[in-house]
Amino acid sequence: MDPNQPLIEISDLAFSYNGDPVLQGVNLSVRQGDFVAVIGPNGGGKSTLLKLILGLLKPDRGRIRVAGESPQKASPSIGYVPQDVHINSQFPITAIDVVLMGYIDPKKPWARPSASDRRDAMAALERLEMAAHAGKKIGNLSAGQRQRVFIARALVTRPRLLLMDEPTASIDTKGQADFYTLLKELNRDITILVVSHDLLVISRYVKSVACVNRDLHYHDQAEITGEMLEAMYPRTGEEVCPVELVAHGLPHRVLMDHEKKRHDGSPSV
Amino acid sequence: MTEALQFEFMQHALLAGILASVICGIMGTLVVVNRIVFLSGGIAHAAYGGIGLSCYFGWPYLPGTIGFSLVAATLMAAVSLKAKHRADTIIGVIWALGMAFGIILIDLTPGYNVDLMSYLFGSILTVPGSDLLIMIVMGGVMTGLVAYYYKELLALSYDEEFAQIRGVPVRKLYFGLIGMLAVTVVLVIQVVGLILVIALLTIPPYIVEKHAKSMAQMMVGSSFLGAVFTVAGLWFSYRYNLTSGASIIMVSGVAFLISLLMEKTASQSRKGERSS
Repeated sequence: MDPNQPLIEISDLAFSYNGDPVLQGVNLSVRQGDFVAVIGPNGGGKSTLLKLILGLLKPDRGRIRVAGESPQKASPSIGYVPQDVHINSQFPITAIDVVLMGYIDPKKPWARPSASDRRDAMAALERLEMAAHAGKKIGNLSAGQRQRVFIARALVTRPRLLLMDEPTASIDTKGQADFYTLLKELNRDITILVVSHDLLVISRYVKSVACVNRDLHYHDQAEITGEMLEAMYPRTGEEVCPVELVAHGLPHRVLMDHEKKRHDGSPSV
Repeated sequence: MTEALQFEFMQHALLAGILASVICGIMGTLVVVNRIVFLSGGIAHAAYGGIGLSCYFGWPYLPGTIGFSLVAATLMAAVSLKAKHRADTIIGVIWALGMAFGIILIDLTPGYNVDLMSYLFGSILTVPGSDLLIMIVMGGVMTGLVAYYYKELLALSYDEEFAQIRGVPVRKLYFGLIGMLAVTVVLVIQVVGLILVIALLTIPPYIVEKHAKSMAQMMVGSSFLGAVFTVAGLWFSYRYNLTSGASIIMVSGVAFLISLLMEKTASQSRKGERSS
């Protein structure tokens, strides 16, 4: 694939659920190697956008291309870390078996994970500091530990693109910093899209920001504008940010004004 | 029990019970982890419509009932995929309709009388050798299919979206699973009865699930536990002259309650440790 070709291309995308529009007129172009934070209010369509990119949902209108192909075709090269996998905490499966699920290949139903698959799966767990828990039942792990197992599962599929839905929702602040540091490292080879609420934490790590609230605004820099905060919180940015920003001692650029010309979603040069 | 085993009917009953336990242990594991217990109940009851249909039109019993159950099961599976939040209601409707349909058709069949009680509780003490053969063949085919599709079934059961992303044909697999369930349920019902099938599909897998570390372990454990319940139930039934199917279910039910109590005391003692 041409390295200059965008990895994700979305044009004029619309999706509605039971007649209610969830996403409308969405255009997005994500270059290879990007690290995008997808932010926006609850119900704004963030998770829906991920599912559309994965091909789990079909758009009402518009076109999605991942690495030049339809999502259904491209999905095996996408790693997906869902928000929360299972309500059934008793499910009979160990952490290592969840990771080994990543090796599933419908064309080879008889194939069982090879010794090298097992080694790679253990290595992936080790990378996420979960090796000691490999043999434990997934339901006996904490929510944060489970998240790490799902990330390991996504990594063994050797994805070109990693999509994560609120991966830090159940991880404490210290854990979050470690987590994003890890993502930054992964980002050397993998393009990452991460849905997050933690706008202020994530802004230090990502390369660009996509605000999703029925429509989508792409910002080709990891700057937080008042407008983004406004999109995040149902209040004005001025009301929220000064206090937060002073308290956290974030860099000054954070309050940079939003440039209207970038609203069309095309990256400015 | 040893003297009871001299009788051929007792040997057949024992073998039928163990076969039913193995088949239900494997299918029941998939039923419990996929949370389709209610759907299984729906299939098992709606199948009675197939029995009525076969009687009324004079069709051979097995193809007629299996065909009808497959249609009913596919319908329920489609509804449970399309309208998840309404699935339980629709399944309940099909469950009741199938049963009523069967009974009315049997009423309308002149000179024919199928005993509803034997459909509900089976007649494990009068299992002919031919039925045993059917169960052996079916158990073999089913085990083969589950082994062949094990990874896909595991992915479907654990994380359907992930399975779909990896290219597993989840819809086909789901309908296949439900179809296999329908065939299994009909075949095992005619041997041991509907109530025992539902008990064997749910109780052993539920007890084993907490302790199993894989779906395969859960299948083996459930089959084994079901067999223990069946043998113990048959012994009680023989010793105290009780209905065999009901005795097996009572044994399973008591084990179920004991496992619930043990779980509760275990979680309480864990809490105690934590707070101390």
